[in-house]
Amino acid sequence: MSKIKEAFLKGKAFIPFITCGDPDLETTAALVREMAANGADLIELGIPFSDPTAEGPVIQEANIRALSAGTTTDKIFALVEGLRRDVTVPMVFMTYANVVYSYGAERFISTCRRIGIDGLILPDLPYEEKEEFLPLCQQYDVDLISLIAPTSADRIAMIAKEAQGFIYIVSSLGVTGVRSKITTDISKLVEVVRANTDIPCAVGFGISTPEQASQMARCADGVIVGSAIVRKIAELGKAAPTAVGEYVKQMKQAANS
Amino acid sequence: MSNSKGRFGVHGGQYIPETLMNAVIELEKAYDYYKNDEGFNRELTELLEKYAGRPSLLYYAEKLTKTLGGAKIYLKREDLNHTGSHKINNVLGQALLAKKMGKTRLIAETGAGQHGVATATAAALLGMECVVFMGEEDTKRQALNVYRMRLLGSKVVPVTSGTATLKDAVSEAMREWTSRIDDTHYCLGSVMGPHPFPTIVRDFQAVISKEARAQILEYEGRLPDAVIACVGGGSNAIGSFYNFISDESVRLIGCEAAGRGIDTFETAATVNTGRLGIFHGMKSYFCQDEYGQIAPVYSISAGLDYPGIGPEHAHLHDIGRAEYVPVTDDEAVDAFEFLSRTEGIIPAIESAHAVAYAMKLAPTMNKDRIIIITISGRGDKDCAAIARYRGEDINE
Repeated sequence: MSKIKEAFLKGKAFIPFITCGDPDLETTAALVREMAANGADLIELGIPFSDPTAEGPVIQEANIRALSAGTTTDKIFALVEGLRRDVTVPMVFMTYANVVYSYGAERFISTCRRIGIDGLILPDLPYEEKEEFLPLCQQYDVDLISLIAPTSADRIAMIAKEAQGFIYIVSSLGVTGVRSKITTDISKLVEVVRANTDIPCAVGFGISTPEQASQMARCADGVIVGSAIVRKIAELGKAAPTAVGEYVKQMKQAANS
Repeated sequence: MSNSKGRFGVHGGQYIPETLMNAVIELEKAYDYYKNDEGFNRELTELLEKYAGRPSLLYYAEKLTKTLGGAKIYLKREDLNHTGSHKINNVLGQALLAKKMGKTRLIAETGAGQHGVATATAAALLGMECVVFMGEEDTKRQALNVYRMRLLGSKVVPVTSGTATLKDAVSEAMREWTSRIDDTHYCLGSVMGPHPFPTIVRDFQAVISKEARAQILEYEGRLPDAVIACVGGGSNAIGSFYNFISDESVRLIGCEAAGRGIDTFETAATVNTGRLGIFHGMKSYFCQDEYGQIAPVYSISAGLDYPGIGPEHAHLHDIGRAEYVPVTDDEAVDAFEFLSRTEGIIPAIESAHAVAYAMKLAPTMNKDRIIIITISGRGDKDCAAIARYRGEDINE
């Protein structure tokens, strides 16, 4: 069983996202431990990229802060290796295709396996291009996560049939960022996914409040929150871990209420 | 790469968010249909001829030829097109296509403002809404073009993220497209981005070499020995090369913006300093660091200030069919002034990169040899910046 599936065994999963190295790698380590201790079921670790085209302003700025602080892929690998001594919650990397490609896909993906990264989310790698990394992901047993968007329509079945780990359902059009309202009919998307696969689906993009988490969890297996957490980190800096831990606890409860 | 479309050798593809996949698939289907549709082609040809002023002149630059003392030089005068550059060729095609697809709104990125002005123009003509994304840095370098776009009824959004130049304008236009797809067509300005853009833009720009080939055969009774064009993303260059690719005797030379030199970090010469990567929807060469972070490139020319190159150029480089040479700011500015004085033609600073290389190449060639330089745009927009470069402050 893929380790990612464990994330969906304790009720509805809560999946927080943070950008590694924002504001520094020590804070990232503290954040991961706090989130894991407060009920995060799977943690998405963003490897910063200079030009994150799927991100809204909040995560774009986190990427800039992390890169300005000297964060690199190698330093993030070392961070994860250290965290894996005591953190057992499944973890996946979220980054852009060039970060993996430029490092050398095999070198990157085999390192993921070695340090205990369970999956890879690449928003600029659609179904048609997944052959770029899929054979290596299979070889090293790292799940390549598929995304489904509100515009996917006739593509959902095709994507779901070959999906691994979990399916990331993009709740809304546009880029990442907090939204006051999510208008997409998520249950309809999930229905089509369910007809084609039994791997779990988690919904992300735009979710920030406990009410939204509870609403989204009703139609999916998990809830992903990025910008709302990254905004707290932007506000609180090194002092963010405690507040983020409390927030994760609250959201995990809301998702299961 | 069993499912991957739009490949030029290993380059190209569709590395974009899932949200946009159906949009590019719909665009590809529409293009495949309309490119062979008689009515569409008639309408486009009429716009190109009666509105944009095609065919553009192939002008024998006699004084330039004599001053340089080598190969005979012809200029393909894309600067004479309506809106002042080759960008209108692609924009009229895409805007017409978008209209046929039922889209009512165009978005575009722009560097120097040439593509933005062309898109704003087509939107005005065809009665479409238009929003242009332009790096804030470039809105300052090219203030006149910002005003022109507004005058044409478009909204100009200054982009402050990243380096606030062309690459960031492309990123922002892509972000905008993911948030509004139903009524919006992303009118991409160069032979880059995800499939089918590199092919669509190339086909619409290929009119340059289609005309130039026929014109040179008419004037000289033979093919040229070299075709020279500047390359940022590479739309005027691929347009200038395309119909000569199978003529193996014709050297195809793309001039990249070397900025302050390819041995410095202040450069935008992708083939000369970049390496293979995946960005802005395509696999191609990019200026990047060891971790794949895209480099903050630099050139005096806002239109060539881009860290990548179109996938078909990357392929032409790989197979050795085209050469990509670096040209510095200094060389381009010298050429800008030189062409102005010798021929009374003020080229865009982008095009001046091609002129600069021709100035080196022509004297090494015999007088019976022929070079075609594509003057991709006119240089009025650059006068203030070049004056500043020479230490003179003028009011635009």
